[in-house]
Amino acid sequence: MSLGALVTAALAAVAIVASRGLRQRAQAVVLPIATGVLLLALWHLWAESTRYQIATPGEPVRTVEVFPTPERTLVAFRELLSDGRLVRYSIASLFRVAVGFLLAAAIGIPLGLWAGWSTRASYSINPFVQALRPISPLAWIPIATLAFGIRDEAAIFIIFLGSFFPIVTGTMTAVRSMPVAYVRSAHNFGLRKFELLAHVVFPAALPQIITSLRIALGVAWLVIVAAEMNAIQSGLGFLIVDARNMGMRYDLVVAAMLVIGAIGIGLDFLVRRLERIDSVRWGFTKE
Amino acid sequence: MSAPNAAAGDPKVVVRGLSKRFRRGREEMLVLDAIDLEIARGEFVCILGPSGCGKSTLLNLLGGFEEADAGTILIDGEKVTRPDPRRIFVFQDYGIFPWATVRENIALGLLRRPAKEREEIVARYVELIGLQGFEDSYPGELSGGMKQRVAVARALAVSPEIVFMDEPLGALDSLTRLSMRRELLRIWQRERMTIALVTHDVDESLQLADRVVVMTSRPGRIAGIVPVALPHPRDPGSPAYNALKRQLFELLGVRADV
Ligand SMILES: Nc1ncnc2c1ncn2[C@@H]1O[C@H](COP(=O)(O)OP(=O)(O)OP(=O)(O)O)[C@@H](O)[C@H]1O
Ligand SMILES: [Mg+2]
Repeated sequence: MSLGALVTAALAAVAIVASRGLRQRAQAVVLPIATGVLLLALWHLWAESTRYQIATPGEPVRTVEVFPTPERTLVAFRELLSDGRLVRYSIASLFRVAVGFLLAAAIGIPLGLWAGWSTRASYSINPFVQALRPISPLAWIPIATLAFGIRDEAAIFIIFLGSFFPIVTGTMTAVRSMPVAYVRSAHNFGLRKFELLAHVVFPAALPQIITSLRIALGVAWLVIVAAEMNAIQSGLGFLIVDARNMGMRYDLVVAAMLVIGAIGIGLDFLVRRLERIDSVRWGFTKE
Repeated sequence: MSAPNAAAGDPKVVVRGLSKRFRRGREEMLVLDAIDLEIARGEFVCILGPSGCGKSTLLNLLGGFEEADAGTILIDGEKVTRPDPRRIFVFQDYGIFPWATVRENIALGLLRRPAKEREEIVARYVELIGLQGFEDSYPGELSGGMKQRVAVARALAVSPEIVFMDEPLGALDSLTRLSMRRELLRIWQRERMTIALVTHDVDESLQLADRVVVMTSRPGRIAGIVPVALPHPRDPGSPAYNALKRQLFELLGVRADV
């Protein structure tokens, strides 16, 4: 048991409790750091507790670490960074997510606008969207592999499915929940079909569309790991399977997991910036 | 001798035997029962009545947003079948678009005009409503009164012949209401379009209208039409004003001495 980790955990816990007395701005800095330190220390302690030793007669005693400590994970992270896999695999995953997600948005938003606006379109489209939506994108992996082979397209297809349904459904709901006065005003001022779409329906739905994009990108990033686990030879999901299969490298597994988490935060941050566009801010502020 | 509901001058709007039902489940409800009404060109008419008597329904029919079950609406002798930029409806809320700036909102009906002309018209109406300096603000950054003024400017920017207003001042605090009434009057006296304004505020109708159309509920009928032949500005303390007020309360079936 390392004394250092115990002391660190205790100090972090004290900092969390003591931060009560600070101003909110200071708490916003202190609390996440202190909690992070506490989690790291607990992680370290737990990883140490899973260590065991193998004593074979005639050989030196070997220590086996089942779960990597934070330090080991950091070393693994450096390894991935220096041999170029981190950058290469992140780019491979991000590329697939970008293509699948943008494709889903490019098809999902117009389709959602149409199905939200036209009752006839909704009758045709909605039942199938709603029936396919609850099927996990992962259930499509065998079919995707069959259809596209072990190529990027298979993973992109899975990403596409994962983000398509939240986008269509979100866009459709946004159009349907639009106050009737908006449309009446537009008709009253003699707007034509395209003007109505460009000046009223789309901007009215945009805040909810952005929210659905945010959800969809989250799902896309969630399923990328599973989509890449299936025999594709690159990407962060592949890295996780590969690290385990090739010599039980759980340090690499955990490092890859943390990278996935960090990139996920980054993607969410990017989408959330859309919420600050002047013409959609009304949809994100409470009056 | 003209019909009791006839307008004094040349009729702009003629409503004959207008009825409207709403179905709720299996139940059918007669909301408007054979309404007859005329509104003169350039007249300011207030439609006054208790909540649920069908004021909004009547106005929506006049605006061409809904279809009547019986009767006709003629405007300039032409049957109303759909909304038209010559007659603009001002909604109580959700009228102006929160995603568009004041400038863009006012320009809604001017999309197909040349950019220069559009800018000129917008500038003129921004000035009319006194919102210079707020052209690039979004409705979310404006007060309730300012938003309502934008809705009025947007309506006027297309030079409509008629403006329909459904409780345009209903959401405002009482002080803002008073100043907005004055402003509405000033604009109407300048532009002289026909206005039909729905309200359930007796004083509001007496301050604004040339004639007050009083409605009763279930089914919505016209209880009476009261001409207000007082010059502006109208003094709420004057005997003539109070006589009219008593008359309106009587038509509404409410005692006035409370
Ligand atoms: N779309 C609708 N479907 C069914 N019933 C309706 C519909 N619109 C209005 N009604 C009913 O018609 C009646 C008149 O409604 P309306 O909105 O015209 O009243 P109002 O006089 O404008 O009331 P308020 O002063 O509260 O706005 C009400 O009883 C209402 O419940
Ligand atoms: Mg109403």
